[in-house]
Amino acid sequence: MKRYLLERTGQLVITVFAVMTLTFFLIRLLPGGPADAIRADLIQNNPEMSTDQINRRVEAQLNIMPDDPLHVQYVSYVSDLLRGDMGQSISQGAPVTEIIANAAPWTIFFIGTAVMIAFVIGISAGAIMAYREGTRFDNNSTVTAILMNSVPDYIYGLIFLWLLSYQLGVFPTGGRYSSSTEPTVNPLAPVETLTFFGDVLYHAALPITAIVFVAWGGWALGMRGNSIQVLGEDYLRVARLRGLPQRRIALRYVGRNAILPMYTSMLITIGFLLGGSIIIEQVFSYPGMGYYMIEALTRRDYPLMMGVFLIITITVAIGVYVADLTYGLIDPRASAGDSQ
Amino acid sequence: MDSVDILESSEAIETVAEETLSRRERWVLTIERGVLAPARIVWADLRARVGIIILSLFVAMGVIGTRIVDEPRTNQGERLEPAFQSFAHPLGTDSVGRDVLGQIVHATPNMLLMILAGGVFTTVMATAVGTTSGYLGGSTDRAIMSVTDIAMTIPGLPLVVILAAALTPTNPLVIGVILTINAWAGLARAIRSQVLTIRRSSYVEASKAMGMSTMSVVRRDILPNIMPYVLINFVTAARNVIFASVGLYFIGVLPYDNIVNWGVMIDLAYQGGGLQSMEAAHWLFAPLITITLLSFGLIMFAQGTDRMFNPRVRARHSTTTKTSDDDGAPSASPGDNV
Repeated sequence: MKRYLLERTGQLVITVFAVMTLTFFLIRLLPGGPADAIRADLIQNNPEMSTDQINRRVEAQLNIMPDDPLHVQYVSYVSDLLRGDMGQSISQGAPVTEIIANAAPWTIFFIGTAVMIAFVIGISAGAIMAYREGTRFDNNSTVTAILMNSVPDYIYGLIFLWLLSYQLGVFPTGGRYSSSTEPTVNPLAPVETLTFFGDVLYHAALPITAIVFVAWGGWALGMRGNSIQVLGEDYLRVARLRGLPQRRIALRYVGRNAILPMYTSMLITIGFLLGGSIIIEQVFSYPGMGYYMIEALTRRDYPLMMGVFLIITITVAIGVYVADLTYGLIDPRASAGDSQ
Repeated sequence: MDSVDILESSEAIETVAEETLSRRERWVLTIERGVLAPARIVWADLRARVGIIILSLFVAMGVIGTRIVDEPRTNQGERLEPAFQSFAHPLGTDSVGRDVLGQIVHATPNMLLMILAGGVFTTVMATAVGTTSGYLGGSTDRAIMSVTDIAMTIPGLPLVVILAAALTPTNPLVIGVILTINAWAGLARAIRSQVLTIRRSSYVEASKAMGMSTMSVVRRDILPNIMPYVLINFVTAARNVIFASVGLYFIGVLPYDNIVNWGVMIDLAYQGGGLQSMEAAHWLFAPLITITLLSFGLIMFAQGTDRMFNPRVRARHSTTTKTSDDDGAPSASPGDNV
């Protein structure tokens, strides 16, 4: 176990470095180069500045000294990143770290909520389907799950937006919360806090629903398959013969064993949906990480774009790491050396 | 040739049966076993039939449709003509008078090329990496798998966004590959673990004991076993290419100068008031329904072909094939078997 932990941690560190290296080289591939974009911007806005001054400003914003040899640039880039300095965002006029720290909780909030809801619905539906295998309910649910799973979330998003926000006007068309609501999280002002939370949920409702519509089907089908397999196991027959109550069998024997294999996939899915949030956040103009990434891209604000990419990737890497390490704890059968 | 000769010569092992099949008969048998029997199994499944019909429709649209339907250009008709009003513009027109059906049809060839490139890239790469890693094992395996793990951890969409920004690809084949740039990793891992199981089976041991080369063991004993899995994942990769390409064209990450993708249509409709006004709704919904239909077709096809690889279903069909072979003349034409 100790060895596995060590190996796995080493792999995490290597992954993070690999991604940093990747961004380091990719940023040099981008059209015009970020330095040129900033330089052009600075020259346009400050015609009286000297070339020297401009070069210094460019360096400050990019974390890059364009004239140094590549390895020196690389070392300073990585050490800046490790200190949490991701440069200055050109389009937002603030440090990249600050913008991401502001945006990340919102993305994590709505993705996390959506995954939880989808997981609960999927698991319950899948278990019921497995218990009634072969019935009309099972067949219909299977077909529904497959159909709903075969449409990307942004299509649901666009349809919801069209019908519920624009045509019927029941939901807001975008944003994190209404401009009239003051963001308050204060236990001394419970009414305002609750109103704020309600408003936030109201704004996130459509993106969450769009993701749930897609995601529940996959888990329902997975859970159905696992449960059917568990229902055929010998130990289940023994449990029945022992006269254990149905409820106990359903929860302790079938439920637990069928959900276990899906634990890892749930943590990984949260990570990957963070990446997938790019499109859905654009549809709903929801200012989360993905939204800022595209904003940065269209404005050629490369430090911000790379910052978001790094943060999303590192989050996913840590998520997978946690999933791998904790799986051995919740499922003692898993041989730690050969997980997946 | 003398019998002694045969025994002593190295060709002894290749002694032929008394009744031999002519080349033509062998071809018939190969087609029968390799194409017609699986095709019958697939066609017998309703889901596969629906899937095949939908997919053929899209292929026809991409190949023939582009010649029948005019290329969309501005002022083809009235602005924002609603759908189902005239034969000239069955799906209506957009805000600059371009035929919506024409846009859908003329975006299809690019989409099919993208799907092909993405699917082929993912499956070939994954199969190559997965089988090499699983079959060779040892330190090669460990080295390949650590690279694969890193590739797997990087979330696809953000990486694709950055690559699209850096390379600004316009060739659909290149776009297809970029969209699936790290999709091979997950599949390669799954294939590797299957290869690990197959590698220990007795028939692989036998082939190795006979001194067959690594390449032919992999080709003859291992690849046929993982092919079903690979084919189904081709469909998954294809769906991901559709979703990602439409999504990225929609948010404007992939560059375009005319209507090359359904995502471009969604983007223009979204910006042109497709959400706010009822008059433009058909313009927004036409591409949405198209994408959903194609994705549905792929899913149904994958679900149906699943049966083709199910050994039980296969066994049932191969026995019927055998009996029909037995009572039919050996030189039965392929037409008899349809």
